[in-house]
Amino acid sequence: MFKYLKQLTSLVAMVAVLFTFTTESMAAKKSKTLKNTQKKGFVRCGVSQGLPGFSNADAAGNWTGIDVDVCRAVAAAVLGDANKVKFTPLSAKERFTALTSGEIDILSRNTTWTLSRDADIGLTFVGVNFYDGQGFMVRKSSGITSTSQFKDGISACTNIGTTTELNMRDFFNSKGIKYEPVAFEKADEVVAAYDAGRCDTYTTDKSGLAAQRTKMSNPDEHIVLPETVSKEPLGPVVRQGDSVWEDIVRWSLNTMIEAEEYGITSANADMMKTSDNPAIKRLVGAEGELGAAFGLDNDWSLRIIKQVGNYGESYKRNIADTGILPDRGPNELWTKGGILYVPPAR
Amino acid sequence: MNFKLKDIVPQLITVTAVVLVFGFFTYNAQINMENRGIDFGYGFLSQESSFDVQFSLIEYDGSHSYFRAYLVGLLNTILVSVIGIIIATILGVIVGVARLSPNYLINKFAAFYVEFFRNIPLLLQIFFWYFAALRALPLPQDAEAIFGFFFLTIKGLYVPAFIWQNFSVFFYSIVAAIIAIIVIRIHAKRVQENQGKQIPVFLISIGLIFILPLLSFIIGGVGISFEVPVLKQLATTSFIYEGGVSLPPELIALTLSLSLYTATFIAECVRAGIQGVGKGQKEAAASIGLTPNQVLKLVIMPQALRIIIPPTTNQYLNLTKNSSLAAAIAYPDLVLVFAGTALMQTGKAIEIVSITMFTYLTLSISISLLMNWYNKKIAIQEK
Repeated sequence: MFKYLKQLTSLVAMVAVLFTFTTESMAAKKSKTLKNTQKKGFVRCGVSQGLPGFSNADAAGNWTGIDVDVCRAVAAAVLGDANKVKFTPLSAKERFTALTSGEIDILSRNTTWTLSRDADIGLTFVGVNFYDGQGFMVRKSSGITSTSQFKDGISACTNIGTTTELNMRDFFNSKGIKYEPVAFEKADEVVAAYDAGRCDTYTTDKSGLAAQRTKMSNPDEHIVLPETVSKEPLGPVVRQGDSVWEDIVRWSLNTMIEAEEYGITSANADMMKTSDNPAIKRLVGAEGELGAAFGLDNDWSLRIIKQVGNYGESYKRNIADTGILPDRGPNELWTKGGILYVPPAR
Repeated sequence: MNFKLKDIVPQLITVTAVVLVFGFFTYNAQINMENRGIDFGYGFLSQESSFDVQFSLIEYDGSHSYFRAYLVGLLNTILVSVIGIIIATILGVIVGVARLSPNYLINKFAAFYVEFFRNIPLLLQIFFWYFAALRALPLPQDAEAIFGFFFLTIKGLYVPAFIWQNFSVFFYSIVAAIIAIIVIRIHAKRVQENQGKQIPVFLISIGLIFILPLLSFIIGGVGISFEVPVLKQLATTSFIYEGGVSLPPELIALTLSLSLYTATFIAECVRAGIQGVGKGQKEAAASIGLTPNQVLKLVIMPQALRIIIPPTTNQYLNLTKNSSLAAAIAYPDLVLVFAGTALMQTGKAIEIVSITMFTYLTLSISISLLMNWYNKKIAIQEK
């Protein structure tokens, strides 16, 4: 009798252990960052201190831009409202510390994805929302139309703490040109110094040049040279160590891009529920259980498309219509000659 | 026994609390860094930095190590601090004395200067000198030569470089002059103490410091020529000066704003020091027949310095620490180069910030020790 009792208790204990194990792993699925975000009721998002087209605040404090839209998409997915985002403007120097120290949960600040950043400093890049490259801006009156006309002694204004500083050295070294680097902490100071005539050229990502040109005292006096001297894939970043949160941000971005591929827009998203194409039905939540994998409901992707729009809408609204870069170039879908290609949502 | 316990317990509690708080933060940082896969270590200092710096006192480019980049930043910080301290001291003494001048115009002008510059935030002044004053400067191609050799342009101040022949002879002649002056001073003091005779040490010193180097030119074969900056065209509207020495506008703006700002505080220290010496001292000195110059040099200043030095030390420390505002205008100081670019490229926040803090601490303590030593030297010596 005692023997059986012993076995019974050990069985009960084992079941209990198994049960707690499974409930715990379910809870673990709901990531710590996700839990905190839902508890706070807003997504904490790090953005730039003002880069038109990417992240820029208007006079009323409303943030717009394609980097801003990534954070809005995540807010729509996990909180149901794209406006529930708290934006923290960060300098290039502050951005990674703000993320690793837990002050923000997503860094969506035209940040270049590089090996050392991804592997070394506790960050994880989740994707690319803008394919960019470093370029040079000069005064039209200088008569320079190509970087091959650069001569020894040229002074170049740029930001500190960016890949730009490193690429600049690589570029001038490979051409054997002696140059004077003038590096500022804030983008506004770079623009002011270049505009004043302190530097002969201003170098940063081409999208940045196009955006900052709009801030100059006389934008028509400046041109961006045609050469691109580096690869700058820009994308959102999360803290290392929360793979569920990482997946949520990655697939929020992917959803926007794939929605454009299938022609789903903020206007027609609801109608697409009755589409014949199962891929479209999955994206608008009419088929499959995709949200469950992140601990979200099934309408998460529909909310992104309805509230923020697809990638094409975001690009048009923020970058094309504002006259920054009307031509999408490499940031066109792979089906239309660009290189935007995301894994399928299924 | 009871009495002793009462003394020790609060101290023990304080020490334990401090240790616990530090321990907690260290432990917490360790856990967090481990979770995020961040390594801690100073090994990065020997890695290649791969970024260039605009202005450096030692040979440096991106192929050197991060440690070399640290030295570049440190030397630039020391450079701007030393120049700033020298200019601020000279200006501060002049303005401080001017504030006591019986001349209405000089007095009010000095007062206006002090009130104006010490009441505007330093960062704003730096921005003013850099962005506003810089825009007012001409482009290199439009610059008028100052004295025929100097060019002050938006890209910096270009001055002729000296090209020496037999520089070592010239150098030794200066060393010889300095040694001679020290010997004469010691001799003069002895003569005065023994015989009461005064030797015009100042005039002799001035003579020596000019005549000996001059002799080195005539006899020693020392030659000097100038390399004058020459305008060079980079593109249709883009010019620079080549040859000579160029001082970047960032250095000029930073030195100017730091010294103008700090000089106001030093001026107030000087005024307080001089006013702190009793009126009777001056009158007594005059009554025993000392000339006004001797009164100032032998009676007023030695006493005033005792009041001036300690608060002026604080101003020197402030100037050194304020030089870290350089980052705002692209002067490559320690904060911009090391705690800025190097921190970003390596991501070693804790290591780099701790090194930078420790460096500023060392700099400040060195200045402090030096000034305390000087203060002790001029203090009243009880015999």
